[in-house]
Amino acid sequence: MVLVLALGDLHIPHRAPDLPTKFKSMLVPGKIQHIICTGNLCIKEVHDYLKTICPDLHITRGEYDEETRYPETKTLTIGQFKLGICHGHQVIPWGDLDSLAMLQRQLDVDILVTGHTHQFTAYKHEAGVVINPGSATGAYSSITYDVNPSFVLMDIDGLRVVVYVYELIDGEVKVDKIDFKKTTASANSAH
Amino acid sequence: MHHNGVEDEEKWLAAGITGLQQNAFFMHRALDSNNLKDALKYSAQMLSELRTSRLSPQKYYELYMRAFDELRKLEIFFKEETKRGCSIVELYELVQHAGNILPRLYLLCTVGSVYIKSKEAPAKDILKDLVEMCRGIQHPLRGLFLRSYLSQVSRDKLPDLGSEYEGDAETVSDAVEFVLQNFTEMNKLWVRMQHQGPAREKEKREKERSELRDLVGKNLHVLSQIEGVDLDMYRETVLTRVLEQVVNCKDEIAQCYLMDCIIQVFPDEYHLQTLETLLGAFPQLQPSVDIKTVLSRLMDRLSNYAASSAEVLPEFFQVEAFVKLSNAIGKVIEAQDDMPVIGVVTLYSSLLTFTLQVHPDRLDFVDQILGACVTKLSGKGKLEDSKSRKQVVALLSAPLQKYNDIDIALKLSNYPHVMEYLDNGTKKEMASVIIQSIMKNKTLISNSEKVEALFELIKGLIKDLEGNLQSELDEEDFHEEQNSVARLIQMLHNDDPEEMLKIICTVKKHILAGGPKRLPFTVPPLIFNALKLIRRLQNRDENVAEEDTPATPKKIFQILNQIIEALSSVPVPEVAMRLYLQCAEAADDSDLEPVAYEFFTQAYLLYEEEISDSKAQVTAIHLIIGTLQRMHVFGVENRDTLTHKATGYSAKLLKKPDQCRAVYACSHLFWVDDQDSIKDGERVLLCLKRALRIANAAQQMANATRGSGGSVTLFIEILNKYLYFFEKGVTQITVASVQSLIELITNEMQGENATPDPTADAFFASTLRFIQFQKDKGGAVGEKYEAIKV
Repeated sequence: MVLVLALGDLHIPHRAPDLPTKFKSMLVPGKIQHIICTGNLCIKEVHDYLKTICPDLHITRGEYDEETRYPETKTLTIGQFKLGICHGHQVIPWGDLDSLAMLQRQLDVDILVTGHTHQFTAYKHEAGVVINPGSATGAYSSITYDVNPSFVLMDIDGLRVVVYVYELIDGEVKVDKIDFKKTTASANSAH
Repeated sequence: MHHNGVEDEEKWLAAGITGLQQNAFFMHRALDSNNLKDALKYSAQMLSELRTSRLSPQKYYELYMRAFDELRKLEIFFKEETKRGCSIVELYELVQHAGNILPRLYLLCTVGSVYIKSKEAPAKDILKDLVEMCRGIQHPLRGLFLRSYLSQVSRDKLPDLGSEYEGDAETVSDAVEFVLQNFTEMNKLWVRMQHQGPAREKEKREKERSELRDLVGKNLHVLSQIEGVDLDMYRETVLTRVLEQVVNCKDEIAQCYLMDCIIQVFPDEYHLQTLETLLGAFPQLQPSVDIKTVLSRLMDRLSNYAASSAEVLPEFFQVEAFVKLSNAIGKVIEAQDDMPVIGVVTLYSSLLTFTLQVHPDRLDFVDQILGACVTKLSGKGKLEDSKSRKQVVALLSAPLQKYNDIDIALKLSNYPHVMEYLDNGTKKEMASVIIQSIMKNKTLISNSEKVEALFELIKGLIKDLEGNLQSELDEEDFHEEQNSVARLIQMLHNDDPEEMLKIICTVKKHILAGGPKRLPFTVPPLIFNALKLIRRLQNRDENVAEEDTPATPKKIFQILNQIIEALSSVPVPEVAMRLYLQCAEAADDSDLEPVAYEFFTQAYLLYEEEISDSKAQVTAIHLIIGTLQRMHVFGVENRDTLTHKATGYSAKLLKKPDQCRAVYACSHLFWVDDQDSIKDGERVLLCLKRALRIANAAQQMANATRGSGGSVTLFIEILNKYLYFFEKGVTQITVASVQSLIELITNEMQGENATPDPTADAFFASTLRFIQFQKDKGGAVGEKYEAIKV
């Protein structure tokens, strides 16, 4: 059982002053094995804070990030799953599932984590899952109205991943979960 | 000389101890054989050692303690003698025949102890006799220890309330009288030490005095322990007499120590009830006394007392403690004209702590204190030393910590005036403290007046202050500082749009004066605040907004334009372009076509003229395309112009792969799902074909330069785009075109010049899998894909 935190689009300090207090108290160091961040932190302080929650931090570049050297895309393997990360402003139309599916095929990953729209989504299609953890601070978005702060916690266990989404609605943290199962184990060769 | 002195002292002490022990030995023998005469003889000889003038207080104390222990045994013996029939009165008479006065008096006190216990005479009479007899010793050191001895042996024999020594004729008053007299005499002796000996040894004398001070202070402690000393007695007798002695002795060391002693030793309720008397003594003290420290300690004690329980607070109100303390401080500061700034600030700090504890609701008191501080600081210019600065920061931080609400600090009219006396560096420090307080308490600042006041307070962070040399801070610290200002801007909010607009305009005014280094940090948060406001206005019913209300989206967009334009002075074209595009989208949501077009024009200008780095251009073009793709407010002409330019930019990117990707991204500009007017299959195909041509050219270039095929990835990406539009039902995307692209890719990958590329292989494989997947879906989708052969 591997816990992976997926979050992004915090936009601190341009659009939000800080993570919601209730989220901060939930994100305790030592409980999470990996962090996947879609980008738009935007400043080093946020990077350092995330590192204290878990040192294994994977970030891709958002268009407002102060650090320009984050990669545009990143892939990593956790257990039986191949994950891909991309902020998403590079994929046009923004938030379009079919275009994101193309990126997923290109990166050849089971789970694609992407952001930019500040809207939590989790889609299953053909052989993969596209997850958008939304904005962890509920930051303003030109694409989505009424953004609630949200983040995702993935519990990867064998061929199964349970996706927990935490959303702050009217001051209360609501949790939902979605199950995904891979049909076959990852092969090492291209086929 | 001094070195010899220390060595000699050791010798003398050793000699004294030896002498004492020898005589003690013989005294013990006498005690064992009930030989009163010898006991008296040897004890007197033993006590003679205490007649020495050669020892310093520390050493004398050592000798004294040994004598003390021996006298305890002697006292027991005396007690037993009286049981054996010896008259205590006679004994009392007998000891007075001792040759030297000092031993005589020690013995007298010892017998006196037994006498009191016997109750053959009233305690008060004996005590009175003893305390007056001790006057025989006028040598300060010897006198102090003798009287200390008297105090020790009489301690448990005072006619206190409820004690066995209380009677009709003798009462607590007598006990008090005795202790007061002993205290007075001891203080006189102690003060006399100051003037003994040559002037050059003054320091040494003062050090010795310091070592002895607790002997004098002990008396006050004893007074505080007397049960019968209630508030009235304390007020009428004890405090009055003690203060009288303190004031009249005119000795700096004594006054300082004893005032502090009074404050520490007696209960806080008493201090409250005698506040006026106590405070009245301060101006009468010697000018060199460190009154501010003593006063501060008094206020600190009272603060803690107030904090201990809410029930005691009414006492404070009843005695008007604040007024009295405030006046006293005023008088002290007035009297000590040359008091250093740190002293003034410390005093007001203590008073402020006190006030926040006792009268937290009286902001007028708090403001008064700050005002008094300002008055006293005026004319002194900016504070020079770091201790004073620290103390002022502590002074200003106290209300923030107490109230956890910046609103309250903003109400204190003198608060900003105090800050004026800080140097620029400390002003910035204080500004950071203020911002941290706001962030910690998550307080929202809700109107433009408060914002104005707040930004005045933190102006050290907002702009360069006069006399400030630029970049005193290293870059990282500067970033942190400005980011905290950015976060602060997020904390300004009012639900009422008019007020929110006023807030935005106030902030705008301040940050635009901040200079090019600060603008990149402060402008974005303000822009987004304004965009949030615009969105709120959109949700408002259109009919409600009147013509002359200032808060309309249109007016706000004008302001936004002005603010973003300021970034050109830095310059940060990439940030500015992003902000223009954000505004364009917001204008689109508000159905303001000309405004949206204007923002696009600005964004395009920046792209053309200012953004030259190839990587930056790639990101920028994607933002442009992505934004444009979502716009629905543009009419055909405007949209065409913007689209045409976007595709033009895409084709001119530096690297071919980037060109290719940007061009096929442009294909989406011609097909928008939810807008039927934008479904131009012809131009979609044109884009994709153009992308193909660029991919081909890239392939040929790779062949020419490396002698082997370049990556087929671009072709696979384009194939995926073909499939995307194929599935959407764009008729111009035929099965044939898809098929031929698949063949092209297959050939390229299997060709002679092909370089192995596992990533591309995987991509192609998953694309083919996708096609198969769609076929397997059946129904309308399956039918479409049926014709494609993989």
